[in-house]
Amino acid sequence: MPTLESEGKSYEVDEEGYLMDWSQWTEGIAAVMAKGDGLDLTEEHWEVIKFLRDYFDKYQIAPMIKILTKELAKKYGKEKGNTKYLYELYPAGPAKQACRYAGLPKPTGCV
Amino acid sequence: MADKPKPNDLLSEINYTPPSRKWMDTPVEWKKGYYCYGAKPKNLDYIGFPNGREWNVTEQDWKLVDNWKEIFLEGMENLLKKFRSFRLFMDICVRCGACADKCHFFIGTGDPKNMPVLRAELLRSIYRRYFTIAGKLGRIAGARDLTEDVFKELWYYFYQCTECRRCSVFCPYGIDTAEITMMGRELINLLGCCTDWISGPLANCYRTGNHLGLQPHTIKSNFEYMLDDLEEHTGVRVEPTFNRKGAEILFVTPSADFFAEPGVFTCMGYLLLFHQLGLDYTWSTYASEGGNFGFFTSNEMMKRLNSKIYAEAKRLGVKWILGGECGHMWRVLHQYMDTMNGPADFLEEPVSPFTGTKFENAKSTKMVHITEFTADLIRHGKLKLDPKRNDNHTVTFHDSCNTSRGMGIFEEPRYILNSVCNHFHEMPDNTIREQTFCCGSGSGLNAGEIEELRMLGGYPRANAVKYVKEKHGVNMLSCICAIDRAVLPPLIDYWVSDVGVCGVHELLGNALIMDGEKERENDLRGEPLPGMEDKGEEE
Repeated sequence: MPTLESEGKSYEVDEEGYLMDWSQWTEGIAAVMAKGDGLDLTEEHWEVIKFLRDYFDKYQIAPMIKILTKELAKKYGKEKGNTKYLYELYPAGPAKQACRYAGLPKPTGCV
Repeated sequence: MADKPKPNDLLSEINYTPPSRKWMDTPVEWKKGYYCYGAKPKNLDYIGFPNGREWNVTEQDWKLVDNWKEIFLEGMENLLKKFRSFRLFMDICVRCGACADKCHFFIGTGDPKNMPVLRAELLRSIYRRYFTIAGKLGRIAGARDLTEDVFKELWYYFYQCTECRRCSVFCPYGIDTAEITMMGRELINLLGCCTDWISGPLANCYRTGNHLGLQPHTIKSNFEYMLDDLEEHTGVRVEPTFNRKGAEILFVTPSADFFAEPGVFTCMGYLLLFHQLGLDYTWSTYASEGGNFGFFTSNEMMKRLNSKIYAEAKRLGVKWILGGECGHMWRVLHQYMDTMNGPADFLEEPVSPFTGTKFENAKSTKMVHITEFTADLIRHGKLKLDPKRNDNHTVTFHDSCNTSRGMGIFEEPRYILNSVCNHFHEMPDNTIREQTFCCGSGSGLNAGEIEELRMLGGYPRANAVKYVKEKHGVNMLSCICAIDRAVLPPLIDYWVSDVGVCGVHELLGNALIMDGEKERENDLRGEPLPGMEDKGEEE
């Protein structure tokens, strides 16, 4: 099983770099993942990650894109509630990249 | 596939010249982008499958159990006894090759072992060796020993078949090569070698009732957002019920319809239709998946996952079951459910409450396909439709392999489409209906790590879409399958571009005139309807 290191701790990840155990997540490991993609996490990135973590805690799955954009708009303003904005922050796609940084497993099935 | 090759580069890699060595002497070349990851132990353990372990398909040691060969051969013997079709298919192939160039994976990869005849031969050679007298002669009789390398080769190619059955249409003997793949995968699963992408949904579905692992409160919450959008677009508040005892009808659809785009827009179409009709129906948070990745795994797993549908229908006391737009779900429901988990003698023969039509074809399963239900409503003039609302779409229809070849649904979706759109064009004859080309990602091959294989396998389908785009200006590819809705967008973006993907009931939802609706300005995606483009700016 591949691993990632952050602050002297090692984290198991799957073949695509998703954290195996979401409860082990730390801000440090999110930053390490982002760094691997050449991204520096800004306040705006953290807003999305934080929302994803809170949502997952309640629903045990990543939110529908519809929910993500609507809730971000409510919380942080209309200009942040659209997929264009999310793709600017996370070029590989909010569903994949942001969820991975937030320690969420990837959704499976007919998706 | 961030680093995926450019379309022309990928095409130029296809080489139809077979290797000079005989097939038994040609080893598997493990190409990245062509094989899935192996199943994680936690998922196999959850469903009680054997040999859950950390393993990697690219490593030499697959950590098989010591007596793996015995298990495989004993399993094969059981399958040969249980399914006479399997033995027949093993025996009667004359290697005429009629199937060879009908497979989208052969067309897309040029790999001879993706010719259905040779894919079957990979397993047939084991059958000959261990289950026929002639096979004692060995190679001269087309027989070979089962070794770890042979097992790995079976694995590689049985996960490069989408069980679409296009080859079977052309086989003069009627050999169903998909069933051979299914048998191959049964044997693979006896040794704990499922793929990660299939085993995850299996475990989720076994735990929660759906592949995604959506829990009841999550499902309800997802619906609330869709209902808010519908109210915004139509002015009508739709109020569906969940797990309601005494409803006349239970509605079952793929869970992706209430999770992922563009499936959610199809789901919004169902919701509008049922509300407008005043249909006495309920959703279930338990029978919350029509799809069945067990079908891609083993007969027993398919049966286990399917059992919830009748069980929930019984618990809720409904009269019959209506099913949504899904592909392989219908192969299971139509061809296996009745004998696997039936008879559903506690249900009634389905009759449309609005037209009185008896769905004779669903007499034994008690489950009706939504396009049959809706086409019948339109035929009887029960729906008010404004096809002009879809005038910005020039539409074509992709027949999903399972609903077309598996149950003969050809006319109903087309009848609906021609009622809700003004611009509809067919793709070429040899790429639709029973000859439809697969999306290239069915049967659990919609995993991210094999996108290259998926693009190549989907190339024949995409090519037909490109043809109607160029000839008729098609800009919307409609379909009635959740895997299609998930995988066709990246496929079309890759080969064609600027053609959207939607479900049939999304277009129906756009066109459907609701009682008490406000002036409709947006389609179900929130985009302006034709003629309403300036409306948003004026306000």
